[in-house]
Amino acid sequence: MDGTALVLSLQLASATVVLLLPVGLIVARALAWRRFTGRRWVEAALALPLVLPPTVLGFYLLVAFGAGSPLGQAFEALTGSTLAFSFAGLLVASLVVNLPFAIQPMQRAFEAIPDDVRAAAACCGMSPWRIFTRIELPLAWSGVLSAMVLTFAHTLGEFGVVLMVGGSIPGETKTISIAIYDRMQAFDASGAATMAAVLLACSLVAIAIAYSTSRPRVRTAA
Amino acid sequence: MPEAHAGLHLRVAQHAPIPLEAQIDCAPGETLALVGPSGSGKSTILRCIAGLHAAGEGRIVCGADTWFDTSAGIDRTPQARSTGLVFQSYALFPHLTALGNVTAAMSHRPPAERDRRGRELLHRVHLEGLEARRPAELSGGQQQRVAVARALARDPQVLLLDEPFSAVDQVTRQKLYRELSELRRTLALPIVLVTHDLDEAAMLADRMSILHRGRTLQTGTPREVRTRPADPLVASLVDVRNVFDARVVALAGGVRGLEWQGRLLEATVPSHFATGERVAWCIPMAGVRLKRRDRAAEPDRENPVDGQVSECVTLGEDTTLALRVDGLPAPLWLRLSTHIAERDEIRLGTALHVCLLAEALHVMPWRDAAEGTDP
Repeated sequence: MDGTALVLSLQLASATVVLLLPVGLIVARALAWRRFTGRRWVEAALALPLVLPPTVLGFYLLVAFGAGSPLGQAFEALTGSTLAFSFAGLLVASLVVNLPFAIQPMQRAFEAIPDDVRAAAACCGMSPWRIFTRIELPLAWSGVLSAMVLTFAHTLGEFGVVLMVGGSIPGETKTISIAIYDRMQAFDASGAATMAAVLLACSLVAIAIAYSTSRPRVRTAA
Repeated sequence: MPEAHAGLHLRVAQHAPIPLEAQIDCAPGETLALVGPSGSGKSTILRCIAGLHAAGEGRIVCGADTWFDTSAGIDRTPQARSTGLVFQSYALFPHLTALGNVTAAMSHRPPAERDRRGRELLHRVHLEGLEARRPAELSGGQQQRVAVARALARDPQVLLLDEPFSAVDQVTRQKLYRELSELRRTLALPIVLVTHDLDEAAMLADRMSILHRGRTLQTGTPREVRTRPADPLVASLVDVRNVFDARVVALAGGVRGLEWQGRLLEATVPSHFATGERVAWCIPMAGVRLKRRDRAAEPDRENPVDGQVSECVTLGEDTTLALRVDGLPAPLWLRLSTHIAERDEIRLGTALHVCLLAEALHVMPWRDAAEGTDP
């Protein structure tokens, strides 16, 4: 059991959830209720990580992180280190890969809130922030929780993009999925099995939570 | 300096997305019904008042407050307008209890007062004991009462009701009518009720405004609008079926009347219609009286008409008859008590002798009602 890899994976998954939550809330609300030109294209672009092979996504991210790209140059100018093959790069890649897992459940949950309920809240004199915290968030809570759980579990299990962008640097980019792969390469089946079991348990719990909270809380009044 | 209005004053106009050209006034303590077919803009007007829709141009004033004025660049948010809106779907907050729904609209009150005031309002709408129930645990009528209590919880300057009775059964509806009638007597604020039900409007409103394609066509008491429609389009919208065209003529004795398909009709013709002018006229079904067979010998009352029953529809205690009259393209409609229709053995093909009461006959400017109706 590679404890360092497990801790690194947990750190990566937690940071991804924490950073994606506010972004996901803002984007999901906008996609659920705003009508703007090109909305479908934005939705398609955000869903792309679901269908794109991880190696393809990893390739483009690696190019974007490289010293020749504006992003890579800006990061290096700010921190003095490269984005590729670092924990920060892994985190950025994880954020991109998990966009659909974070946004889609929240978007569906916000879409399920009837327009009249939000209008009624405004007519009740509630401020936009109060409407968000007292009405929207409690009603969309199952979707928000599903998004967090799915993002966490998916980050723990991500392999292809992590390998492409981060390689396998112990304590920096070697996550538990990479560690399992390394153990198998080294013919250490029992070490791989322990870590695989941990990931299996995490995934099972995540899916159970996502399913148990997926029942909509908004019921029609009639 | 804007002039102060008592009550609510609205004038809005726009071309899209829904055409609007409406003007309404509603005094404190008055109930105004906005009546019209689906898509006539009733709910949009209510949303304009609540601040949920901004019309292309216009002005909305409530009391001394200007809520919307395109010429002055004023468009206050729903939060900044003191309106109580009961949605057609009620739009209750499903995760909050009945009491939670009501207190959610009390951010203008100190927190310590909200619970007591919320319970008072629920008591007022006869929901005491159900404070802890969520909307899904309440019947349709109870949900409507919570919606009314929530609308009042804001201490609004105007109460807006968007088809509030459409989602409940007939028995509950009758009960809610009585409750709303009682409630409005105790409220000294303008109430605007949106409905497509003319009888509901006549029962609950002091005045009604007829809307068609976003335009307010006529505003008046329900009796005025239904017996004295402004034109054939309004007549068709308030379900006056007997609408015909005629010409103003001079009758014997110096009075004026109508020439209708070769018949002369006694009627009160307003002075602004010239003799010889083509006009429309209508008469409510209640103004078409059946001449009793047992009094066949008595002289004709005003405007006798003979015809044959071409359609006979019995709905409970009322029987509606269509009378085919020689020379008329459309039938003349009248309504009888079913027991009278049965007593006189009135059925399809029966020859009837009726009178058109001159006082019920209303003369309007000529305009084809079909011009304004939907294709």
